[in-house]
Amino acid sequence: MTGALWELFFKGVWITVQLMVYSAALAAVVAFGIGMARTSRLWIVRFLSGVYVEFFRGTSALVLMFWLFFALPLLGWQLAGMWAGTLALGLSYGAYGSEVVRGSIQAVAPAQREAAIALSFTPWQRMRKVILPQAVPEMLPPFNNLLIELLKGTALASLLSIGELTFQAKLARLSTGQSAQVYGIILVLYFVIAFVVTRIMRLLERRAKASIGRAPEKSGWFSRRLPIDRQGPQVITAPGGKP
Amino acid sequence: MNNWSWEYVGDILPDLLQGLWITVQATLYGSLVAFALGLVWALLLRSPSRWVTWPVSIVVEFIRNTPLLVQLFFLFFVLPGWGLTFPALATGVIGLGLHYSTYTAEVYRAGIDGVPEGQWEAATALSLSRRRTWTSVILPQAFRRVVPALGNYVIAMFKDTPMLAAITVAEMLFRANSIGATTFDYMEPITVVGVLFVVISYPTSLLLRALERRLVR
Repeated sequence: MTGALWELFFKGVWITVQLMVYSAALAAVVAFGIGMARTSRLWIVRFLSGVYVEFFRGTSALVLMFWLFFALPLLGWQLAGMWAGTLALGLSYGAYGSEVVRGSIQAVAPAQREAAIALSFTPWQRMRKVILPQAVPEMLPPFNNLLIELLKGTALASLLSIGELTFQAKLARLSTGQSAQVYGIILVLYFVIAFVVTRIMRLLERRAKASIGRAPEKSGWFSRRLPIDRQGPQVITAPGGKP
Repeated sequence: MNNWSWEYVGDILPDLLQGLWITVQATLYGSLVAFALGLVWALLLRSPSRWVTWPVSIVVEFIRNTPLLVQLFFLFFVLPGWGLTFPALATGVIGLGLHYSTYTAEVYRAGIDGVPEGQWEAATALSLSRRRTWTSVILPQAFRRVVPALGNYVIAMFKDTPMLAAITVAEMLFRANSIGATTFDYMEPITVVGVLFVVISYPTSLLLRALERRLVR
């Protein structure tokens, strides 16, 4: 492993991180938009947002990415690889995130909502001043899991020849022929990024929980043990999981 | 701007459906590996010895926090170097199964934890052996609770099979991509593949929800 190869890897890490940040931002917007729409009073809004969620959770992120990159140009829009990757990841992980948002909003004690109505808050004030401040700290642990899923999803963008970590690994393998070392190093790099992301999210979570006067959940150095019957790990990756 | 051509869809559909069959096979075999290996992880993680739980949890966390695609590349390029040559599909099944076993381990763990404490005590009171306690008391009750969650991971695995295209498994996306490369028209093949995924995974998830209502209380 020469210095030039390490430079290649770190360039890849940088693009991976960029891709993760962009698609996480898009996913957050989608998650809150769709998640709040699913608690709407109007059935048509609930229905349409439900269709969105089921569609994007039903199909594969990679197929979506290929569709955006290869099929969409035939309709007249040519997306750069980075954009196609960001859109595909943001739209599909946003759909998973919206379930987290919906679940946490619905988990806020009904009395809180009633109290806000009694104070004659408008629905928007209710959401912004009473519901969300209590729901957001609840969302952070599942969002942490989702962010790791998203990080792993960025590897898919290598198939659109975006120069992120997995793509750089392919180049490195072609030039050195040392598959085991190259892919071993790449796996460790992903693990390190995931570790850093998890620590940052834990920090945010502790702060958010403290700000509403709750103790953070106990957790191990790296892993978190979620009970299966609540949010559970199945919320993250599969369409069937009802929070 | 191209126009959607149903005739073209009709031409490519048989090929894509053959790809679907490979996709389904990969999912089923991958699930078997994931179910079996996940149970092994879950049981090892309950070992009283730290010398067992520490290495196992590190391995599990490592596999779980790194991308499946890179793991597939690793297996695909490295296994032959170690003298293990498999067909691409087998490599894909090993990769899928290994990756998802770290998720199913968590499902089993939660399922086992969900068995009431009294059941363990009752087994002790009846002086059942360790093996008997597991096989006749704990696991049968745990399995009931884990079936829906395991089903969710089968759907998740199904949706991850397009990654196998990257290691030359001729599943749906691989075929769609090669059709597109020869006709220069990707619109229909990739759209059909995307729709096929929704058409299969959505009803399956509805079925699982129904099953969940039945099995979990």
